[in-house]
Amino acid sequence: MIRWLLGRAAVLLPTAVAVTIVAFMLLHLVPGDPVEIAAGERVLDPAEHARLLRELGLDRPLWEQYLDFMGRLAVGDFGASVRTKERVAAEFMVRFPATIELGLFALGFAVLVGVPAGMIAALRRGRTTDHAIMTAALTGYSMPVFWWGLLLILFFSVSLGWTPVSGRIGVAYYVEPVTGFLLIDSWLSGEPGAFASTLSHLILPAIALGTISLAVIARMTRSSMLEVLNEDYVRTARAKGLPFRRVVTVHALRNALIPVVTVIGLQLGHLLSGAILTETIFSWPGIGKWLVEAIQRRDYPQIQGGIVIIAALMMAVNLLVDLCYGLLNPQIRHGRR
Amino acid sequence: MFGTLRQACAALALVAFAGTASAQTTLVACTEGSPDNLNPQFSGSNTTFDYAQQIYDRLVANEIGGSKLIPALAESWENSPDGLVWTLKLRRGVKWHSNRNFTPTRDFNADDVIYTFDRMSNPDHPYHRIGGTGYGMFDYALKTRLDRIEKVDDHTVRFVLKTPIAAFLATLTVEPMSILSAEYGQKMLDAKTPDLYNQQPIGTGAFQFVAFQRDSFVRFRAFPQHWARQAGIADRTAQVDNLVFAITPDPSVRLAKLRAGECHIARYPNPADLPAIKADPNLVTLEVSGADYGFLSVNQSRKPFDDIRVRQALEHAINYDALIEAVYRGTGTRATALVPPALWGHNPDLKPRPYDPARAKALLAEAGLANGFETTLWALPVTRGYMPNGRRAAEMIQADLAAVGIKANITSFEWGEYLRRARAGEHEIAMTGYIYDFPDPSQIILSGWTCAAAESGANRARWCNREFSDLIEQANATSDQAKRTELYIRAQQIAYDDAATFLIANSVSFTPLRKEVQGYRVHVFGGQPFVGVSLRR
Repeated sequence: MIRWLLGRAAVLLPTAVAVTIVAFMLLHLVPGDPVEIAAGERVLDPAEHARLLRELGLDRPLWEQYLDFMGRLAVGDFGASVRTKERVAAEFMVRFPATIELGLFALGFAVLVGVPAGMIAALRRGRTTDHAIMTAALTGYSMPVFWWGLLLILFFSVSLGWTPVSGRIGVAYYVEPVTGFLLIDSWLSGEPGAFASTLSHLILPAIALGTISLAVIARMTRSSMLEVLNEDYVRTARAKGLPFRRVVTVHALRNALIPVVTVIGLQLGHLLSGAILTETIFSWPGIGKWLVEAIQRRDYPQIQGGIVIIAALMMAVNLLVDLCYGLLNPQIRHGRR
Repeated sequence: MFGTLRQACAALALVAFAGTASAQTTLVACTEGSPDNLNPQFSGSNTTFDYAQQIYDRLVANEIGGSKLIPALAESWENSPDGLVWTLKLRRGVKWHSNRNFTPTRDFNADDVIYTFDRMSNPDHPYHRIGGTGYGMFDYALKTRLDRIEKVDDHTVRFVLKTPIAAFLATLTVEPMSILSAEYGQKMLDAKTPDLYNQQPIGTGAFQFVAFQRDSFVRFRAFPQHWARQAGIADRTAQVDNLVFAITPDPSVRLAKLRAGECHIARYPNPADLPAIKADPNLVTLEVSGADYGFLSVNQSRKPFDDIRVRQALEHAINYDALIEAVYRGTGTRATALVPPALWGHNPDLKPRPYDPARAKALLAEAGLANGFETTLWALPVTRGYMPNGRRAAEMIQADLAAVGIKANITSFEWGEYLRRARAGEHEIAMTGYIYDFPDPSQIILSGWTCAAAESGANRARWCNREFSDLIEQANATSDQAKRTELYIRAQQIAYDDAATFLIANSVSFTPLRKEVQGYRVHVFGGQPFVGVSLRR
């Protein structure tokens, strides 16, 4: 087992190095530099431009900058943002909980609505309800997040006044960050209304972000459910005289959910990428918005550090999943499959 | 089920906003981004200037909404006859903010001024490299021309320059010249926590810093001991208890928040939203002419643009009025002078050259280009107040030029690359613009249009007219504003006659606010002040 695990970990090492090369090289291939971008329309004296690039160490050959980057990475130093001068790892950790909080809520929304919707569509196959649900799912799947988000804001916040427009908490509240998860922090703060304010601020961004996942989950649940409903054991259960509700919820749904759970896992990655747009529209201070701004400003340390940390986290999660598979299925760790 | 959901949401929203009802007044401004550094000395961004404007004072201030200089931490000043020595008398009794790590033991004095400028100019200063690198605005405006600063007494400082800088006082109004506390600096050094200096800012401004969460908000609280309050100057005093910048990058969302009552002021709206904003009975829109201009940087180091007849032909060929109407949609006015109307020194007598394709063709024929020529036209790839839609404007200019036989191929680059190539002079015609940071004509005209700037590449049009440059240099060597105005007016006439500038428009900026906001004045230069702004209950 340990040998197998070490083998899996060894595969990750070249992957990690490849990520650093890609993150570093692609970024430097993009034209422009942070000094140029920061100056914008302002008159920038060429000598001053050169001096500032030298100060940032950006006048050195690319390979030298890369080796320096890797050297610092080896001791866990991701560098400091060109713009804010704050440590990249610290900035990342401040924002990551916001993205996770939003991602989890969006996923919760997608599962809680998507699974029952898919089930109902399957049970009413070919009828109006089925068509309505599948049309809605297709619409949700095709909807651009930025447009959907604005539509939600205009309808629920501006016209109806039911939900706040954007942000993580109302301006009347100030909650000192403890865990970074504002829902927890606002609860811990004990400030009346803070928790409800945080919760209300999660509603629209979670819906906007979770809609595509919801559509995918609903469609997958429907097709999986239809397949299972035609299985012999379902027919047998019904022939035995079991109530239809029990057949569906106990016999069919449990089996139908197996592929759905796999899809839900895959949606986590999509939620992270979708968060970039959602965070921008809803002024959500997460890593998506942070990275986009860094790219716009050519903040090399911030982009490189951010990408490497995200890649490392994804690799760690994959390793854990592999480990779980290995534990559950000895055939995998013995290389029989 | 729908009714239940509606009730639940309404209840939730009510609970969420229950906390907003309190005796204190809180003014919420929806702003476009986070300050890039809490120490404005390191920044050149207007977003940072907005934040710094509330916390810090500078030696000299700029009248809100205008370009007149008024006293701030310096009550009066005088310049030596040779223009090299500026003596500033400092205000007495100015209090510093405090926080949990610092309680000031003395008022503001000359030591703070020395500390502020020494930190930026002296590489050996203990704080020089703390919190950032590059004092961009100081380096650009003062560094090479400032010889030293002397403390005459506790309330008098003397700036000694290497060469006269006519715009000296105006440069002191920009946020990177904000005055910092020397005592706080020493206290943080003694406590071995110098990094806290920038993270927990201390100033003398009308609002004191409370908290900042990047990409979420900046919170301020009114400073009861602010010198303007003590002096009874109401329009320079905080009139609300709290001020919050709700950071909201998307302009449509800022507007939605304004309409939903989540903020009182939404800065930088989409021009396309203006009709809807003006139609909303709960909103008021303030407008002001910006200190900027968009123009076509026509590279006059290249043929055929070195020929004045070709330049005049281009001016007559382009229908600027139609372009402004279609592209700016009410957010721009025709620009004709190198100094914008928002600034003193503007030449109001310059009239736009009429749209006259026949005249353009005749001029081209006179220049030996009766069959026209082919060129490239760079479309601005970003949205700016001085150019809201570069691609659309380029298409209109392309059509106008085609009508007189000039084939303009539109191209564009990613913004960073665009700037780099334009600075390197790789363009023939490039759309660009300038924005003034401080209220002195010299800021752009000296560094962006003179022969010296053409040689360094900073003058992107590569236009060099010695007579013009001499006048600009003369204007920079005197602090007599009347004389300078006269020199700038003559210089603008020369640029106009030389058909060198291809100015398109000065922006008109709009600020929508809720009706209950009183006393808000749109500021033209640097950060927007929120002093004098109150909420009608």
